[in-house]
Amino acid sequence: MTYIIRRFILLFVTLIFISVITFLVFQILPGDPVRTILGPEAEEVQVETLRRQMGLDKPAHVQYLNLVQGFFQGDMGDSIRFSRPVTSLIMERLPITISLAMFSLIIVIFVAIPLGIFTARRENKWSDFLLSSFTQLGMAIPTFFVGMMLILFIGMTFSFFSTGGYVPWSESVAGAIGSLALPALTIALPQIAISFRYARNAILEQSKLDYVRTARGKGLTEAVVVYKHVLKNSMIPVLTVFGLILAEVIAGTIVVEQVFSLPGIGRLLITAVSYRDFPVVQGIVLYIAFVVVLINFIVDILYTVLDPRIRLKE
Amino acid sequence: MTGSVLEVKDLRTSFFTPDGEIPAVDGVKFHLKEGEILGIVGESGCGKSVTSLSIMGLVPAQNGKIVGGEILFRNEDLTKVSAKRMREIRGNDIAMIYQEPMSSLNPVFTIGNQLMEAIRTHAKMSKQEALKMAVDILKRVGLPRAEELIHSYPHQLSGGMCQRVMIAMALVCEPQVLIADEPTTALDVTIQAQILDLMKKLNEELKTSIILITHDLGVVAEVCDRVAVMYAGKIVEEGFVNDIFQLPKHPYTIGLIKSIPDVRFKKRKLYSIPGSVPKPGTLKQGCLFAPRCLHAFDRCHKATPEMVAASPSHGVRCFLHASQEEGQYGGNLIKS
Repeated sequence: MTYIIRRFILLFVTLIFISVITFLVFQILPGDPVRTILGPEAEEVQVETLRRQMGLDKPAHVQYLNLVQGFFQGDMGDSIRFSRPVTSLIMERLPITISLAMFSLIIVIFVAIPLGIFTARRENKWSDFLLSSFTQLGMAIPTFFVGMMLILFIGMTFSFFSTGGYVPWSESVAGAIGSLALPALTIALPQIAISFRYARNAILEQSKLDYVRTARGKGLTEAVVVYKHVLKNSMIPVLTVFGLILAEVIAGTIVVEQVFSLPGIGRLLITAVSYRDFPVVQGIVLYIAFVVVLINFIVDILYTVLDPRIRLKE
Repeated sequence: MTGSVLEVKDLRTSFFTPDGEIPAVDGVKFHLKEGEILGIVGESGCGKSVTSLSIMGLVPAQNGKIVGGEILFRNEDLTKVSAKRMREIRGNDIAMIYQEPMSSLNPVFTIGNQLMEAIRTHAKMSKQEALKMAVDILKRVGLPRAEELIHSYPHQLSGGMCQRVMIAMALVCEPQVLIADEPTTALDVTIQAQILDLMKKLNEELKTSIILITHDLGVVAEVCDRVAVMYAGKIVEEGFVNDIFQLPKHPYTIGLIKSIPDVRFKKRKLYSIPGSVPKPGTLKQGCLFAPRCLHAFDRCHKATPEMVAASPSHGVRCFLHASQEEGQYGGNLIKS
């Protein structure tokens, strides 16, 4: 229990740090948002009025507290380009990005772990070497290139997969899957390459431990030895990697949404950056940071499910 | 041989490395009688653990292999049975406990889970029945508060308790043979005695035959009926514990017995056999102990001695005893 409380405090402190850093970065960044909105020919009175409206005339610490308050109340100001609340802009696009990230993560888990088991059981055989070489390739090729190749070779051949655009889940489940499958795979490929190595090494390491010999000595089948005894122990280090990978996956959505023209958070971010739409950029940065920190917290909680040594400490 | 539950004949187990074949067990032959405790003694690296893993069919498959001989369990050759049949025997008819009790239990499952798994692998029964059986066996091996213990994880237990759990797990299916590979080496001396007593008690109550593998002659003297002394992959002497301790024949056995510290002669320097065990496969010719043997002569360096009978129940693999006047040699050696 104390473990979870400690982790929760850590989560809280991290969030404070992140919000402070985000706030400071936007303070330091060159360019006055008020002047960006009003254009170079605006009069000084207009500028001052808008500055007061946006709360930018207040001292820095008050602005920061307003930002934090706004974040929790769902009021992050209005977008400069869209003239609409930042929160609703994010919320509209959130389901797309979350679907994409979850889809990718599921692909990573269901490919990387079986692949890790498969290669671990064939240590130093040719299939192990072959897959290791593919790993290097998978990590080296940039995401946008993989995306374009998938569009070219799979999207153009099979009409089930869309090569761009998004079909909401509420409209058609098959359509949603079709529109998300290729971008999800694009994000997943390099992550599979990384994480299956971790899974393989963790399984290999665990397979050599004494308790595995005990399990075999009881007369258990290889399947029970591997899938029950070895796998649960191997998942402890692999879980850490999946925490990192989910952060990578979310970062991956930004590029991939561009390639597949999916109207998600990533596209919104790129549009906002190019228009110097600072409330939107600030909102998205805070949102992504918040999600990543939350994921790490969930990973920490999952440790206790897997490992009684953490759960029962003290 | 009648009354033998397990018979190992000319067992050879090798490891294959880039440098070639390493014969870890090289023609081991012994039998285990119904209800007896047989000790296998030797220095580390002499092949005693590999012998036990060979019987269990647990030689690491990546580079190890049984290359010859037979392991007869109730006249069934374990080196030839199918993997499926071997799994039925393992844990059910032949069970094993290991040197490191703490790491031999899976850290992420409860004691109860691991015990019930052993039960339900070999016997069809409900979870409730298995649970009851698990609690009973934990009580039987002398663990207090068995009902609570069953929900504990290995890291919450001491080494001695873990070894009791391991023994419980090994005995829960009432195996005919229990192989204990250095079961007390990792434990405190007081706990050692408790574990040995427990094994002896269970041997008497359940009539389980036990192979006790150890490097500690004191342990052998305390619990074993018979003993086989192993050196560099071969058994060099075999017989009843009393005979071996009172009248050891092989120079290696004599050296081992002389190296047991004796409180009566505290001032005397501890005896040790000069040199160390040759790496398996390095000596191509002659008796493997010859380079360290004080009594080695020409023949020892040229040919490999066979097992000869010093008495009907006492075998020794040494040229000193190959001739008629063996008893005399043995007597002289001890006094010298």
